[in-house]
Parts: sequence; structure tokens; C-alpha cells
Amino acid sequence: MGVEGIGARVVRKEDKRFITGKGRYVDDIKLQGMTHAHFIRSPHAHAKVKGIDSSAALKMPGVVAVLTGQEIVDDKVGNLICGWAITSKDGSPMKMGAWPAMAPETVRFVGQAVAVVIAESKNLARDAAEAVVVNYEELPAVADVHAAIKSGAPQLHPEAPGNQVYDWVIGDEGAADAAIAKAANVVKLDVTNNRLAPNAMEPRAAIADYDSAEEHFTLYTTSQNPHVARLVLSAFYNIAPEHKLRVIAPDVGGGFGSKIFIYPEEMVALWASKKVGRPVKWTGDRTEAFLTDAHGRDHVTHAEMAFDANNKIIGLKVKTYANFGAYMSLFSSSVPTYLYATLLSGQYNIPAIHAEVIGVYTNTTPVDAYRGAGRPEASYLIERLMETAARQLKVDPAALRRTNFITQFPHQTPVIMAYDTGDFNASLDAAMKAIDYAGFAGRKAKAKAEGKLRGIGVSCYIEACGIAPSKAVGSLGAGVGLWESAEVRVNPVGTIEVLTGSHSHGQGHETTFCQLVAERLGVPISQVSIVHGDTDKVQFGMGTYGSRSAAVGLTAILKAMEKMESKAKKIAAHALEASEGDIVIENGEFKVAGTDKAIAFPMVALAAYTAHNLPDGMEPGLKESAFYDPTNFTFPAGTYICELEVDAGTGKTSFVNFVAADDFGRLINPMIVEGQVHGGLVQGIGQALLEHAIYDANGQPVTASFMDYAMPRADDVPSFNLSHTTTLCPGNPLGIKGCGEAGAIGASAAVINAITDAIGKNNLEMPATPDRVWRTIHAA
Amino acid sequence: MSTVKLTVNGKAVAVDVEDRTLLVQLLRDHLNLTGTHVGCDTSQCGACVVHMDGKAVKSCTMLVGQADGASITTIEGIAKGDELHPMQAAFRDNHGLQCGYCTPGMIMSAIDIVHRYGGQLDEATVRHELEGNICRCTGYHNIVKAVLDAAGRMKVSQAAE
Repeated sequence: MGVEGIGARVVRKEDKRFITGKGRYVDDIKLQGMTHAHFIRSPHAHAKVKGIDSSAALKMPGVVAVLTGQEIVDDKVGNLICGWAITSKDGSPMKMGAWPAMAPETVRFVGQAVAVVIAESKNLARDAAEAVVVNYEELPAVADVHAAIKSGAPQLHPEAPGNQVYDWVIGDEGAADAAIAKAANVVKLDVTNNRLAPNAMEPRAAIADYDSAEEHFTLYTTSQNPHVARLVLSAFYNIAPEHKLRVIAPDVGGGFGSKIFIYPEEMVALWASKKVGRPVKWTGDRTEAFLTDAHGRDHVTHAEMAFDANNKIIGLKVKTYANFGAYMSLFSSSVPTYLYATLLSGQYNIPAIHAEVIGVYTNTTPVDAYRGAGRPEASYLIERLMETAARQLKVDPAALRRTNFITQFPHQTPVIMAYDTGDFNASLDAAMKAIDYAGFAGRKAKAKAEGKLRGIGVSCYIEACGIAPSKAVGSLGAGVGLWESAEVRVNPVGTIEVLTGSHSHGQGHETTFCQLVAERLGVPISQVSIVHGDTDKVQFGMGTYGSRSAAVGLTAILKAMEKMESKAKKIAAHALEASEGDIVIENGEFKVAGTDKAIAFPMVALAAYTAHNLPDGMEPGLKESAFYDPTNFTFPAGTYICELEVDAGTGKTSFVNFVAADDFGRLINPMIVEGQVHGGLVQGIGQALLEHAIYDANGQPVTASFMDYAMPRADDVPSFNLSHTTTLCPGNPLGIKGCGEAGAIGASAAVINAITDAIGKNNLEMPATPDRVWRTIHAA
Repeated sequence: MSTVKLTVNGKAVAVDVEDRTLLVQLLRDHLNLTGTHVGCDTSQCGACVVHMDGKAVKSCTMLVGQADGASITTIEGIAKGDELHPMQAAFRDNHGLQCGYCTPGMIMSAIDIVHRYGGQLDEATVRHELEGNICRCTGYHNIVKAVLDAAGRMKVSQAAE
């Protein structure tokens, strides 16, 4: 590794603009003649729209238009789609309720838009929205999954009787039942995985600009995957053909999954910009984010794990109800199925697994992928089960895990996934050492003597990342391939532009992707720039989510680099009158191995473009592209251990220590990897202790601002002790597994296992607020 | 409409604005200083923090009229030319930012914290003082490190002046 190559802790190239206030987010952009949109949203969880009277609003100053749901339907803008087809156990397709971008007839969650005001300023649009009178006829609503599936429950969609989206199964039910029947011990657990609001700090925003002469749209938007947005807007929403639609996702202020999806607001902005003949800007406020950004999690699960007399797991049976909210968001269907149930083997040898997942509509905000997406729910369930089992079987929780670890790879689980490599003992050992697990009993006794309840909690997670092999996901119902593309453009002066379909919204690609180029060519990263987030610049891309950018996106860059280097070597060999096979690349020079003959990389580039003396038949120029489709998922794994104290008098939790030992395969920039883990851990801790998107029984959200929804703040969380154990991923040439979601996947179980250890009671749901912990301690 | 006169990053500014205009709207929409962000509209997240007469304020919750005659410093105004403010440098060097959206407000709050404590800070104090600034990316670990690092750097740079 060079000073800026793979493995170096290079400070980020992108930071300068962010720390000096020069970042360029969507809301920072102004276009000539730009108008402003404000949406009129339903205050009811379920209602008929009987009429919209915009006559008063249209007379107000600065109002350009008031557009309604009926108009967008009349103009044949397509309904929102769900891009992953799931089939129920009876063979029927999932039941899709129609979701127009603005509701013409029926609203099904608080915050669903029915109309939009377009005005000369944001304030004038808001003023006019107050004057639009919407006549609603309220309908009974349901927010809870169990209430929604009861007979007689309010029905959301005529397409989905009983509010059921699907009833999907995976695994061998007979084998799982047989294991439970013959088990020495069966551990049963009911858990709720609380609904979360992703809350990227930058609210979603869109600016649409229609050019009537060219019949061309430009959309600036807060997207993790601008090419996917263009594809969906074009192919399914009838906005414009792809060559007439440019999507730009400039600096994006965090995503965590919530900015994968193509939302109604972008569709409406595009459509409205053509309608009014001027650019239209919409920037959400925080409450709109709570009401309309796809939420995460929201599972209710019953699970039974069977053990033999030697404490070996012999079977697992799981039944999960997944709350999808009022509509099926873009990738929602895959989250509690192929991203959840396929990870139910955890780090353990489990010969028989069966899971049933029932998807349910409720009158709440749609639920989709949020950091981890299905894998946190699986990991939380399995690690709560293991802790519960250790307590029931009266064995050490770490030892019980060790007894059941998978140690031979590759390992085929009973739920599709084939783990390629790993060393689960190594990460458990590292975490136990880091936290002095052996000394815990002494610390607990000492704390007890001081009147404190101290607990320790282990969580051994595994996730499937590097999403995803296209053929495999296609066979499971995905509507798209999940490869990545890259292009390497060498300029005549030898500087390099790397165009990638990955999108950085905090991940630091502008640094890490340069490090690969520096590693291979020995050029400084200042000579390299990364171009992303613009469909007019980058050939194509599937974007950033599922911890895929390094494992898939960077591998695509590597493939393009290899092609470019191969051509450059031919040019160098020709110039040096040597054999191509003898050319090596070192420190920015192409050398004839074992000699002092060399040509600097910029001279090779110049030769490619002057084309005065190229090998016979070679095309001028030095630019190559590649598409890379992974052969398998990657399987990051690790152990998190949390030690904390609970105040029995108040129920408040205080962290003592939090250690993480992760196996992410090869690390490109350990500083950035650590940052990803820190952030993920705090999202997991937030779920465990603080966060909960709550609805009342009538579907009214009661946590729709930062005044009500408890975001983790600096004094809620500890500093972390991180380490890495490494097994290289055999599935990609760089050996990368991915690190973006691990913290959020593994942390919550460690926290709840520690609190329940501290208080000596196992039944505790997330978020473990002081109130809830105090009640649990003092429950009879 | 009123005419409001104030100093922004050392420059005198006079603007005619609606009385309901918020300070953050003046900065972003009228003066094109888009480094100051809006993250929550309820004074909770701190993405909008600027300095008014040297003290940290949340510009999303202040009417422009309340800033009449004041001296405002934004994230765009703290570096000396190409020389970063020690807090900016510490955020970069400690990887105290990821998506960058909360960063301007974090930096402006953090400078105020260091000033108020005369640079005498420990981790617990920094964490407590940052409770009005929310970050969703970093988990705060490296932000806390950055602020402690900058507290030392600011002492050195003050001593040098």
C-alpha cells in the first residue's frame, strides 16, 4: 500500500467543501424562473376525498397553479410500483393496492398528498395551501398489524382482502416441526422490531425543469440511485423516455435507504414543471419527512428454537407479521422476505429452518428498506433467541454461541444463502478480549455493591451485502439486475476521471475510489477525480445501498482499470520497444521489468491521444468501461459486546463500554470504515433505547418531529472500541465484504441483551426507554 | 416589508424583506450563503447554527428583525482565506463528518462551546454541550474527537495571535 493506496487512512477529498459551507445540496440550487411547490396532505389516516376547492387559493398573490390528484391521474402519470415480486405460499402474486402520486379518491395515511400549490415563493405556496379547502369523508382506520388482520377490520385496498399483501414461506416446515418435536429444549420468544424513521439530516428535495423546445426534463433530487430513479420515472411513471430525462443527485445529506425510493413528490414536481412551464422546486420539512419518507422495520414475530441435549440448535421456526403501511414502496416487498428470512441462520449451524412472513397493509406511512433492511430484524431475533436460550439452558451466552458457530466454509444454510467465508470465533474472541469478558462477573459484583445493576450483552451478527448477483435476485423476483458500472477516462495530460454508478451521500467514495487508482498506478489521489450522481455523465448505475459500493461498485472500477492498464501497457511497450508482458506499473511509471527503461504515465496518456505512434491497428484514446455483476452476496460478520448499568430507581441506562469486532474483508480506508461502524452502531443503539415511530389506534402519527421522536444525541451514546478480524471475501477480486450497515444490524441486540442481563428479566421490548425499563424491573 | 441592516461575515448588508423572514432564509435565499442548513424547523437539530455577535444561535428560529444591527458569522466566514479555522481542520482530520449536512452547524456550535469553556473540555462536557446538534451519520464518536482536538488547536492559535 502506498501512502494513499488501499488500506491507508487518507483524509477525505470531499471534506473541504462541506467544512467550508460549499457543499451543493438540492435545496442550495436555484434556477431562473423557479417556482415553489407546497403539498396539501391528508390530516386523516383514512378518508374519501369528496372535493377540493382551490378557488380562493388561486386568487392569492404569487399563486401559479393548484394541481390535484385527479389531474395527475388524468394525465396518465403511472401509479407507484413495487420492484420485487413476491409470491404467496398458495402461489398467488402479492396484492398491490394502487398508489397514485397524489390521491384522487382515497387517502390511506396521514401525510398522503391530495394536491399541490405552485407559487412564486415557498411562503406564498404555504399561504395559499391554507386556503385550499379539501372536503374529506373520514373512514375507519387501522394502524396495528394484529388489528389489521382481524375480521371486520377496516379494509385499505379492494385488491388486498383482509389487508394481506402476501403470506410467504421459506424453508422446510416439516423438518423444523420435527426438530421442535424431538428437542431436549425449545426456546420460545415473542419480539417486536420497532418502527423507525430514517431521518437523514437533509430532508428530501426535488427541482424539476422542463424544456418545452427539447421536450426534455432535468430533475435534481436527493437520491441514492439517480439512474434507477430515471429508469423508474421513465419506464413506469411515463414522465419521459430515458434520453429525455436527466437525473442529477448532487451532494446528498445522508440516505440510509430512505433515498433509494422514487417518491410522489419527484413525480409531481416533474409533471407540474411541464404543466406550469417553469422549474418547480420542492423541499420537504422535517414533519413531511416523518410523514412521507419510507419508515423502517416494524415486525411482530414469534419464534421457536429447538436444542438437543448438547445445546446444539436443531431447528428454528419463525412467524413474522410485517407492517408495510398503506402502500407497497419500491423495494418493500423484498425486505421482510429475501433480506430477512434468508439471514435467519445467523452465524449458526441450524439444520432446519422454516419462516412464514405475512405482509400487512395498515393506515400508516409506507415501510421499506432502512439501514440494514431485514437483516437487523433477523439479527435481533436470532441474537435475542440465543441470549434467551443461554439463560434458559443456564450456560454462558458466549459459550452457547461458540457451540453452534459455523466453522466450515462454504456453508449452505437452509434458507438460500451460501456463506462463502468467515471466522466467527475470531471476532467473538476479539470482542471478548476487548471488553474483558472474563472480568465481567467481578465488575458486576462491584457495581451491585454500589447499588447499580450492571449487565453485559453479546450480539454475533451476519449480513448479506454486496447486493447483488443479478441472476440470483432475478430468480427471486427482483425487477432489476444489481450489477454496477464504471468508466475510467484518462485525459491526455494523465489525470484520471473515474465515473461510477455508485452514489456517495456520506460514504466518502470521492476518496476511497481514488485510493484504488493510486494503489494500481502509483499516482497521487489529487490526480484523480470521481464523477457520480448524474445520468448525463455516468453511463449507468444501480446506486448505493446494501453495503454494495465497495464490493460491487469499486470492483467495476477495478475491471475498467484493468482494461485501461492493458491498453496503456501496449502503448508503453510500443514506445519502449519492449514486450507487453514485461511492462510493470510502479510509482506512476510504466517500466520494463528488470531494466531502467521507463515511461511516465502522463506520457503514455499523451501518446494515446496524439496517436502519432501507436501500435498498428490500435484506436486512439485511453478510456475504458466495465459492468461488474457479483457472483454471490458478501457476508460481513462480527461480534458486538455492550456493558452498561441500569439505575433501578429511574430505569435509565448508562453505557460503560461498547466493543465491536468486525470482519469486513479488505478495508480500503480504515478511517472511513470506522466512521461507518460508529454511525451504524448509534442507529442500532437508537433503535434499542430511544427511537420509535408511534401511531395511535386511529393511525395518527404521534412522533412527527424531533420534539417527539427521540433521535440519538451525543450524550445518549458512548465512544466505541473497534477492531477488525479479516477473512477476505473470495467473491470479488479485492476481497471486500462491505461495512455500511453492520453497526445498525448488530448493535440493538447487544444493548437489549445487556439491559435484560442487568435487570434479570428477559422480557423487554425496544425502545428500552427508562419508563419501560423501570416498569419491567418493578413488574410483579 | 422592512429594511434590515446587519453585518454578515464582516460585510455590511441591507435588505428589504418580509417581516416574517427567518434569519436562515435571509442567509440562504437572499444572500446565497447556503452553507447554513435547515434540518428540522423546530430548533432541535442545529444544522442552522450561526454566530450572532459571537454567540451560537439557531437561525431557523430567529426572525431577521431580531438580528437587525447584529454581526452574523456563518460557516462561510470562519476560514481566513485558504487557512481553515482550527475547528474545520479538526473535523476533517478526525473524520468528524460524513454527508456534511449537519457539519456547518456542528462546527459553529463547537466553536462556541470551546469559547465558552475557555478550551477546558472533556468528553462528557462536549457530549452534553452538543445535545442541540443532531448528526445521523457519524454516531458522534469522531465529532467529539474533533471538538476536543480543536480545543487544543484553538488554544495554540489564540496564544500565537
